[in-house]
Order: sequence, then structure tokens, then C-alpha cells
Amino acid sequence: MNNIFVYCEVSEEKSISDVSLELLSKGRKLANELGVKLEAIVLGDKIENLEGNLYPYGVDVIHYADDKRLFPFLTLPHSTLLIDLFKKEKPEVVLFGATSIGRDIAPRIASALRCGLTADCTSLEIGDHFENRTQKEYKSLLYQIRPAFGGNIIATIINPDTRPQMATVREGVMKKEIVNPNYKGKLKSIDAKGLLKDEDFIVQIIERHIEKSKVNIKNAGIIVSGGYGVGSRENFKMLYDLAEVLGADVGATRAAVDAGFEDHERQIGQTGVTVRPKLYIACGISGAVQHRAGMDQSAQIISINTDPNAPINFIADYTIIGNVNDIIPKMIKYYKKNSK
Amino acid sequence: MKYRIVVLAKQVPDTRNVGKDAMKADGTVNRAALPAIFNPEDLNALEQALRIKDRFPGSEIIVLTMGPFRAAEIIRESLYRGADRGYLITDRKFAGSDTLATSYAISLAVKKLEPYHFVISGRQAIDGDTAQVGPQTAEKLHLPQVTYAEDILDIEKDSVTIKRRIEMGVEIVKSTLPVAITVHGSAPSCRARLAKLVMKYKHARTITELQEETKDYTDLYSHRPYLQIDEWTVADLNADAEMLGLSGSPTKVKKIENVVLAHKESTRLTADDKDVEWLMQELISRHVIG
Ligand SMILES: Cc1cc2nc3c(=O)[nH]c(=O)nc-3n(C[C@H](O)[C@H](O)[C@H](O)COP(=O)(O)OP(=O)(O)OC[C@H]3O[C@@H](n4cnc5c(N)ncnc54)[C@H](O)[C@@H]3O)c2cc1C
Ligand SMILES: Cc1cc2nc3c(=O)[nH]c(=O)nc-3n(C[C@H](O)[C@H](O)[C@H](O)COP(=O)(O)OP(=O)(O)OC[C@H]3O[C@@H](n4cnc5c(N)ncnc54)[C@H](O)[C@@H]3O)c2cc1C
Repeated sequence: MNNIFVYCEVSEEKSISDVSLELLSKGRKLANELGVKLEAIVLGDKIENLEGNLYPYGVDVIHYADDKRLFPFLTLPHSTLLIDLFKKEKPEVVLFGATSIGRDIAPRIASALRCGLTADCTSLEIGDHFENRTQKEYKSLLYQIRPAFGGNIIATIINPDTRPQMATVREGVMKKEIVNPNYKGKLKSIDAKGLLKDEDFIVQIIERHIEKSKVNIKNAGIIVSGGYGVGSRENFKMLYDLAEVLGADVGATRAAVDAGFEDHERQIGQTGVTVRPKLYIACGISGAVQHRAGMDQSAQIISINTDPNAPINFIADYTIIGNVNDIIPKMIKYYKKNSK
Repeated sequence: MKYRIVVLAKQVPDTRNVGKDAMKADGTVNRAALPAIFNPEDLNALEQALRIKDRFPGSEIIVLTMGPFRAAEIIRESLYRGADRGYLITDRKFAGSDTLATSYAISLAVKKLEPYHFVISGRQAIDGDTAQVGPQTAEKLHLPQVTYAEDILDIEKDSVTIKRRIEMGVEIVKSTLPVAITVHGSAPSCRARLAKLVMKYKHARTITELQEETKDYTDLYSHRPYLQIDEWTVADLNADAEMLGLSGSPTKVKKIENVVLAHKESTRLTADDKDVEWLMQELISRHVIG
């Protein structure tokens, strides 16, 4: 069997992005299970201490292209180099981050190689498969487990007949783990100068800058919402911490907005936005009818409130009676502990 | 300059707004009960196309949608907003296509519309949720791609400047034409239907729809041929049937689990560590989070 490859993204600081280190950690485990090697691909410009950083994750080979035209990321030159490499190396599995880079380039490569690609996996496992139609048995396939239909179903996808088996995985889904600080692999260089043509540079980056995106809680799948009971703008930061680990957005009641804890664009209710997420976590919210009007169609509601008789509790699926400032950190802690 | 713009738009079940009304007794989502809508980011894509047409009068917008007969609704919705024509790509042989087979079929349809300058799609459809069809179609057409587009800033004769919305912020890129663009949900929303266009196109039908009509449209259609929405099948696209449907799809769905969203009775918990931990485990195991 051939090896597992991970496409490593280069961060703004010109080191390897966390999502890629997480994928290397997962890739190492899969490689052990399959008895194959783990290979990393890095396309960038003067990456510091590349070998020292990557080998401890159990990387056997680093394919490195060092060319100043490769950072910041551009689709065409990166695709040209990856397609060439994969045609030569014929990987068994290739993993990408489900980021604006991975989700841009992975489908393009899958199309060129005519292989299967599974988006946004939340879990990767090795398993067998028996195809009833052809009575064919497949050993050690990559089970690519992913949510679809807006998170309403979880599908297990396999690619029985084509290679590589490719998948993208979101940041934070896999755990970053150094296997051995003294692990040693080898570096192979990719001949970017020889492989890249002028037509790979017909898209040019003119400018890049940090800019906050607009608030859009309307389409959020999970909302952590705070009321007057959260107590202060300072305490609201905790809601953002929880939202970040859950991949959620933050909402608020009018009382919280009026008290200056949160901005009006996040207000939910009759005079704010109406939301229908699959999970609504109401923190220190009494559940006035004007607020409920904007959220009572949520598929699941958790209420955190010191008052057992707060009206919100009666429409909630789960109620935690207690102080929101104690409970949120526990939720973060136990989510992290149980999610990997 | 006049441009020819191909917009890719998909009809999808509205998976975002799953209220308690679309839930089955066991707490899973009744997918059949979800209304069929215009994929949200494809409306953002259509708006970008309409803006090009506003700026360059005489430009032409052609909408392609692949799906069952009822997806003709997507073409009508686009005509009501200012698209010039549309084609419904429909054939039983497309059933079961993954993104590779879908983009193969779509790319053949786009090729029939040469010479074009822009192929504009949404970033992601809210049912399959892969965001793969745009880049894969671009590859099959050998076009450069600009994904996560938030706005088309400038168009010169044969180049375009686009603002992209990515994790770190924004990126401004310039590409030659023709180009494939996938439009992000943070882009401007689509304009409303125009009453004038609704009047003009409300009788637009595909051949299949006409066969189901009780009224005879023959006379109307001979005066207004633009009301005819063409259907393209595998034969019209000259497609290799092996590259479509299940046989053309390298990915196979091995198993599907429904996420159990609703819970019958309310559960009361305390702030104790063990209660909070139980809740997080419960939500993770039911795939509500994680
Ligand atoms: C015309 C009109 C339109 C309105 N539109 C909206 C609207 O769009 N959206 C909206 O939200 N409101 C709206 N309101 C206001 C609404 O009536 C309520 O006043 C508001 O929703 C209350 O917000 P709250 O639940 O945050 O605050 P409160 O009602 O003050 O509730 C605070 C809750 O926090 C709990 N609590 C306190 N401390 C803690 C703690 N440490 N830990 C846990 N729990 C704690 C308390 O027990 C209480 O239940 C509108 C009102 C009117 C008249
Ligand atoms: C549970 C489940 C999981 C799946 N997982 C995968 C997977 O991991 N990998 C895979 O390859 N396939 C997968 N599929 C198949 C995939 O959903 C279909 O191929 C689907 O037709 C296209 O993918 P999408 O909905 O994700 O579209 P996206 O790639 O998200 O769509 C992006 C854009 O492309 C355009 N577009 C897409 N489809 C059409 C269309 N029919 N007509 C016109 N324009 C269109 C639209 O502009 C859209 O905004 C899965 C299907 C199911 C049911």
C-alpha cells in the first residue's frame, strides 16, 4: 500500500498552520494502522525550521518547494505542483484542511486526478467494505465521516476504486500531538522553477488585509445567546469562548444590548433577528415573549439560569440551574475533553 | 464591452431553517418536508452577474441548473430578476452523481455556451455542503478560479478584479477572462423580482411542464419563443454515460445516520461537573455539536 500525504498550509507567520499539524497527527495514526509512511507537502517561501517542526509529528518525508511565488497561496501554481507530485507518488490518502485554501485547491486536484473527495470530515477511520452489487470485498478503506444537509445527517463516505482517497477536515477537529521529539525523516525538494509556467500566474494577488466580517447570525447552526443575567460586557467574552469551540455565533437579548453588553446587530427577537439554529444556548435570559418570538423555533434549546422558574426553562430541552459564569467554563472544559 | 455570463444555480431543500415543524416524531429531520429553495449563495452569485450586466448593458446572463423537473423554478426565479435565459440539465442518468460527476455534466453544458467570459456559482450548496462543484467545474473547463468572492470590484476589457473573503480578512485578486468565480454568502444579497419581468416570464415552461399543463400554450409560444425553457439531457450534452451517476462517482455513501435533534421531555440539570459533562457527552453523541 502507498503512503499518506498531508498538504500543509503556510500561516501568515510563515510557519505551518495548526490545522495541518492536526492533520499530520491524525495522518500518523492512520499510517500506523495501515503500516505505511506519512509524507508532508509544503509549498512556500523560506519556511523557518521546517524539519525541526514537522518530524516530531512522525513525518517520514517532507516534500518542500521553496519559491517566493508560492506564498501567499495561489490556486494554480499550487495545483500544478500537487498534481505532478501525486501522479508520481500515487498516494493512498491525501488530507487537506477544510479552510479557504484546502477547500479551494482539493476539489480542483480531485477533478484533475478524477478521484473522490469528501468535504469537511469530522472523523476519519479505517474499515473494510463489501460491495453487494459487485460482490467485491475491499480492505482497509478510509471511512470519511461528515455532516451534510446543514448538519442534519452524518454520512460515512468511502472511495472504493479510485486513489488517492482525499478528504478535507476542519481546524480543531483532530488533536495536535507530537509523537516523538527526536523522530527523523528526510527532505525532498520539489523543482518549482522547472514545473511552473507563466500561465500558472494569470491570477495575481493585488492586496491582502485583515478586515472583520459582517455579523450574520441568521444562518448560524449554533447560537450562544446572552441576556442581562450574564452581567457585563466583560463576561460576554466567555460566551465568545464557548462559541469559538462549538463553531457557534453569539446572540443577545434586548436587555443585554440596552445594558451595553453586546451590539444591536446581534439582538434576537421581535425587534431583532429571527433565528432557527439547531442549538440555542440561552445564558442568563428570562425568556420574555418578545425574545422567544425570535428563537422558539430552534431545534434544541439549553437554558442556563439561576432561577428555576424562568419562563425560558419551559421551552428548553435542557435546563441547567446555576450561575452562568460558573457553567460556561465547565461546558468549554467538558466539550474539549469529550470531543476528540 | 458585452460579456456572456453563465450562472450555476441549484435547487436545494431549506436545511437552514429546520424548525420543530419539520421534525419527525423520533426527533430527526423530515427532509421531504423541507421547502425547495434557490440555494442561498447562488442568489449572491446571480446578483454579481446582474451587476455586471448593469454596468455593461447588452451583456447576457444564462442560468444553468441541474436537477429534477421541478428545478425549472430556479430558471424562472432567475428570469424574474433579470437573467436572459436558462437551461435545465435533467436526466435520470444523473441520479446519484457525486461532485465529480456533477461538475463533469455541468462543464459540458457550459461548453455548449461558448464563448463565455464568466462562470459564476455559489460557494456551497446547503444540502450536499461540499463547496466542490465550483472548483471542479473550473478545472474541467481549464479556467482559473477565484473562490470565496465577496464582490467584483472592477472589470477591464479582459481582466477582472475581485475581493475575496477568507479567514484572515480580505484579499484582492486580479484574473484574466474567462474565469470561474464562486461567491460567498457575505456578498451583496440578490435584488428582488421585478414585476415587469414576472409578467413577462410567468408562463415560461420546460417541455415537460408544458405536457402537464391543461391549457394549450402553442399559440402563446409561437409569438413568444423566449418562454420556452430548454431541457438538456445526457444526449444533448454528448456526455459519456460512464462518467455520470453512480458509475461516474468515485465517492460512495456507505452509511447515513440521522441526527436526533429534538428531545421529548425537558431535562433538568445542576451546575455540578458531572451534570455539565453528561450534557456535553449527550450533545456530542447525538451530533448536535462537534
Ligand atoms: C415592543 C418591545 C419589543 C421588544 N423586542 C425585544 C427583542 O427583539 N429581543 C429581546 O430580547 N427583547 C425584546 N424586548 C424586551 C423584552 O421584553 C425583555 O425585556 C428582554 O428580552 C429581557 O432580556 P433578558 O432576558 O436578558 O433580561 P431579564 O428579563 O432581566 O432576565 C435576566 C435573566 O437572567 C437570570 N440571571 C441573572 N443572573 C444570572 C446568573 N448569574 N446566571 C444565570 N442566570 C442569571 C435571571 O434569573 C433572569 O431570568 C422587547 C420589549 C418590547 C416592549
Ligand atoms: C449525505 C451526502 C454526502 C455527500 N458527500 C459528498 C462528498 O463528500 N463528496 C462528493 O463528491 N459528493 C458528496 N455528495 C454528493 C453531492 O452532494 C452531490 O454531488 C451534489 O450534486 C453536489 O454537491 P453539493 O450539493 O455539495 O454542491 P456544492 O459543491 O456545495 O455547490 C457549489 C456550487 O456549485 C453549483 N452547483 C452545485 N450543484 C449544482 C447543480 N446541480 N446545478 C447547478 N449548479 C450547481 C452551485 O452554484 C453551488 O452553489 C454527498 C451527498 C450526500 C447526500
